[in-house]
Amino acid sequence: MMAHHRRTLVVVGHGMVGHRFVQAAVERGLTETHDVVVVGEELRAAYDRVALTSFFERGAEELSLLPTGEYDDPRVRLLLGTTVESVDTGARTLVLGGAAAGEELAYDELVLATGAAPFVPPIPGTDLDGVFVYRTIEDLEAIRDAAATARVGAVVGGGLLGLEAANALAQLGLETHVVEMAPRLMAVQVDDAGGAVLTRHVEGLGLGVHTGAMTTEVLGQDGRVVGLGLRDREPLPAEVVVFSAGIRPRDALARAAGLDVAERGGVLVDERCRTSDPHVWAVGECAAPAGRMYGLVAPGYAMAEVVVDALLGGPGAFTGADMSTKLKLMGVDVASFGDAFATTEGALELVYADAVAGVYKKLVVSEDGRRLLGGVLVGDASAYGVLRPMVATATNPGIALPDNPEDLILPSGRGSAEIGLPPEAQVCSCNDVTRAQIEEAVGEGGSCDSPSCVTACTRAGATCGSCKPLVKKVVEDFFAARGRSVDRSLCEHFPLSRQELFEVIAVHGHTRFDDVVAAHGTGRGCDVCKPTVASILASLLGDHVLGAERRTLQDTNDAYLANIQRNGTYSVVPRIPGGEITPEKLIVIGEVARDFGLYTKITGGQRIDLFGARMEQLPAIWTRLVDAGFESGHAYGKSLRTVKSCVGSTWCRYGVQDSTTLAIMLEERYRGLRSPHKLKGGVSGCARECAEARSKDFGVIATEKGWNLYVAGNGGATPVHARLLAGDLDTETLVRYLDRFLMYYIRTADRLQRTAPWVDALDGGLDRVREVVVDDVLGLGSELEAAMATHVEGYSDEWRATLEDPDKLARFVSFVNAPDTPDPHITFRSERDQVAPADSEGPVLLGASIPVGPGGPGSPETVGAGR
Amino acid sequence: MSAPEATWTAVCRLEQIEVEGGVAALVGGAAVAVFRTHDDTVHALGNYDPLGRASVLARGIVGTRGEVPCVASPLHKQAYDLRTGQCLDDAAVRVPTYDVRVDRGVVLVGPQREGP
Ligand code: SRM
Ligand SMILES: Cc1cc2nc3c(=O)[nH]c(=O)nc-3n(C[C@H](O)[C@H](O)[C@H](O)COP(=O)(O)OP(=O)(O)OC[C@H]3O[C@@H](n4cnc5c(N)ncnc54)[C@H](O)[C@@H]3O)c2cc1C
Ligand code: SF4
Ligand code: FES
Repeated sequence: MMAHHRRTLVVVGHGMVGHRFVQAAVERGLTETHDVVVVGEELRAAYDRVALTSFFERGAEELSLLPTGEYDDPRVRLLLGTTVESVDTGARTLVLGGAAAGEELAYDELVLATGAAPFVPPIPGTDLDGVFVYRTIEDLEAIRDAAATARVGAVVGGGLLGLEAANALAQLGLETHVVEMAPRLMAVQVDDAGGAVLTRHVEGLGLGVHTGAMTTEVLGQDGRVVGLGLRDREPLPAEVVVFSAGIRPRDALARAAGLDVAERGGVLVDERCRTSDPHVWAVGECAAPAGRMYGLVAPGYAMAEVVVDALLGGPGAFTGADMSTKLKLMGVDVASFGDAFATTEGALELVYADAVAGVYKKLVVSEDGRRLLGGVLVGDASAYGVLRPMVATATNPGIALPDNPEDLILPSGRGSAEIGLPPEAQVCSCNDVTRAQIEEAVGEGGSCDSPSCVTACTRAGATCGSCKPLVKKVVEDFFAARGRSVDRSLCEHFPLSRQELFEVIAVHGHTRFDDVVAAHGTGRGCDVCKPTVASILASLLGDHVLGAERRTLQDTNDAYLANIQRNGTYSVVPRIPGGEITPEKLIVIGEVARDFGLYTKITGGQRIDLFGARMEQLPAIWTRLVDAGFESGHAYGKSLRTVKSCVGSTWCRYGVQDSTTLAIMLEERYRGLRSPHKLKGGVSGCARECAEARSKDFGVIATEKGWNLYVAGNGGATPVHARLLAGDLDTETLVRYLDRFLMYYIRTADRLQRTAPWVDALDGGLDRVREVVVDDVLGLGSELEAAMATHVEGYSDEWRATLEDPDKLARFVSFVNAPDTPDPHITFRSERDQVAPADSEGPVLLGASIPVGPGGPGSPETVGAGR
Repeated sequence: MSAPEATWTAVCRLEQIEVEGGVAALVGGAAVAVFRTHDDTVHALGNYDPLGRASVLARGIVGTRGEVPCVASPLHKQAYDLRTGQCLDDAAVRVPTYDVRVDRGVVLVGPQREGP
């Protein structure tokens, strides 16, 4: 073969592991030498199957792992809706089915990532209408449709997936039963006592639990399911039945091709994930390294990396994986790790059980009590993050236990906090990130300064999220050890976070900085705490930011209601709600800019910025603007900036709702609202998203039925796409949710924390936000709405109020003792027919040479003309 | 410190400076920032921020760092000791200070001081 001949790599299956394989292949440069063809049977690109259940709330788009539907690397071709029907390992060819039926493809290397299929026991009636499995988005869509007209549902299988499916049925409004053959729920993960606690929790949620019950038949009538036949028990009526009785590797293709398979199913592979044919590899749930299949995503990811490594000539090997599980099932924490059943010789069990609280915790330790071998946690799995990395396995000695290991599971024993993890301890199992790697990211060489940044940079916490508390702890401990304050004090004057300060001020009803600092702080404040207190007071009281004793708390931008520029001049941004403006108003802006000699630019926020105004010119400029009907645009404030719009259904041939009207309404509703950081919104008239709403703190996208509300996005230094909070809302509900969302943010976010990092830092993340905003679990909804109503009613234009108040105006002078003398430090040059700041040479003396000619910008004459 | 009376310039009345606020004044052709702290002490610094390269210090936020009364430049927030002009974030930077006093409610700025 010629040296430059490009080789062809075919991947069968575009599920979670197939996708991870392609990602790794692109990242590590395998596509430099290989063309990659991915053949996927499902109609959509890979999606997050682990989070499948959240499809009902979040929709398919949110689950997608490849939202654009194609890879950026042009050397990767993705064939969806296409199957591989057969493989000829001798000729190295394969035959396609589905969308490319009959086509043949040659390969140099073949990677099988065909996953697994739900196991449906061979009993009568499984082909009736109303019988489902729980594996793909299509399955869930079908279940949802069937549930719409049904009353009772039953799930066959009380394992991890079965309980998840049962939870889904219950949430779809069905009376739900779980039928499990084994004597307890989650038999693979938890022991009898843990299973009993779990059963009580699940029953407490209103589900029927039938353990030790063997399903013998699905009962039908007119081709539709009507119930389950159980051995030695009464039949169980049900109109929807979901089988979730385990999975089987999809190894049929490999079997037919003559590849070796494991005794209990799965394509047999060696440590490098190579099958019995040297050019065929298998990864994920279809593979059986050393004869064992793994039904979790993390081992699959590890296999994908191993194969990429092997194809690049590296040494990687797959030597088994941690089968630990932690999940929250119907609000119940369940975790199981290591040797949960104490099968190791001499193993001892330490058990803590509180039947009233519904908590069961068991540690399995070695005979000498020094090594942790495994454990089960039900009802409270908060210790999981600390415990799992401590577990000793065949290849890893684990971490020595403290003298009283029971402290680790006793409710009072906050002992878990003091356990030192060794550097090589794996903190995130989904993405194989160790403590050392996290510390590297926040240490000297790294650039991270927060747990959320660590998650972004190392992926630790980015998949199942169960390790997030531990990631946070590792980061905090690391900082604390280096004397970097992680205490969330605002500054040296306040030992409180912004949220705590907000609560303290609200509770005590303070209205003055002096009272706040006297009661809760020390010293006289600084440029950090003063603007923060000013912002909190503005959020709570809603009166003028330049009011008595408030002015000196404001940052210079707020203090002069304009944005300071590098040469000490200011920029002026009138509000142009939704970016919509009349020709008359455009002309006024043009005239003002011309008369005051201001540099004019269209901003990135659909409005116009006028630069180069001297401080003492601001009142005259704003007099003209206010007279023409303009208001402050708050470009200077930590407050609502703009709500970007598209033309929507009024003009656009694709628009399905009137996005412009909504954008203007929202911008006018939230204008002037002071917040921890700036806020931006957007409204698009259809899914084409011309307003870039998903790059905003709140984004609204029109649907045929109403509006989809996305929250917590931003552009800037760390762009984040806003995530769907709720879909197909009418305008009234949309506004209600937005009111709550914004107020919740304002009350609880840190200083200068935009909505995306705020959501990420919340315990429970976006789900928590949804619980509070949509489900109103805290019962705070009406309070948050009332707070917003107060803001909306109390709003008045800051600039108009300033112009009407001589006290406030008095400060807009160049020199207190020479108000008509322009500051000689400010000079301009000309660039593309407009002014630009001239570089400063240092302090100047008036009377030396003042390069401010008559008619030039900022000269007294011009100011006069401006009035 | 013993400057002759003639070199003092009356710039404003004390009430014209907000508590923990500042004003810019023109003194002998130079831009001087005059601050009033919480205990009604007045301080005067050159208004020019040598790091931000603009004449803006009077518009900064006045507060304390430890026991030191200071002002943070509105451009990039470096703090300056109101008593000495020393930049608290960069030992190599200092702004000039001026004598200043209040006489019967009138703020008077004197000559630029020689040292800190
Ligand atoms: C004028 C403008 C650039 C332009 O010429 O178009 C601008 C100018 C400034 N931006 Fe911006 N940003 C402008 C649109 C944007 C956009 C685009 C947008 O809004 O669609 C973004 C990215 C979107 C976003 O914010 O998510 C943007 C991301 C930033 C950031 C980064 C924020 C972040 O979360 O990472 C900063 C820094 C900050 O706020 O801390 C910033 C800060 C600033 C400041 C305020 C910096 C400063 O303190 O001096 C600039 C002064 C504005 C002034 O003097 O008037 N500007 N800035 C735009 C004014 C929009 C408006 O009409 O209000
Ligand atoms: C509801 C649910 C919850 C889960 N929760 C967790 C969890 O909390 N933690 C965890 O670790 N794991 C969990 N899992 C398991 C996890 O989803 C799987 O381990 C993971 O998806 C395996 O990835 P894979 O790529 O091997 O298989 P899959 O994601 O199933 O992908 C295989 C793909 O190959 C396609 N395919 C098969 N045969 C062919 C062919 N001949 N031609 C073309 N395409 C083909 C299939 O259609 C499929 O799209 C859960 C699974 C489910 C269903
Ligand atoms: S988002 Fe849709 S409605 Fe709005 S301008 Fe673009 S295509 Fe038209
Ligand atoms: S353990 Fe799943 S994301 Fe870290």
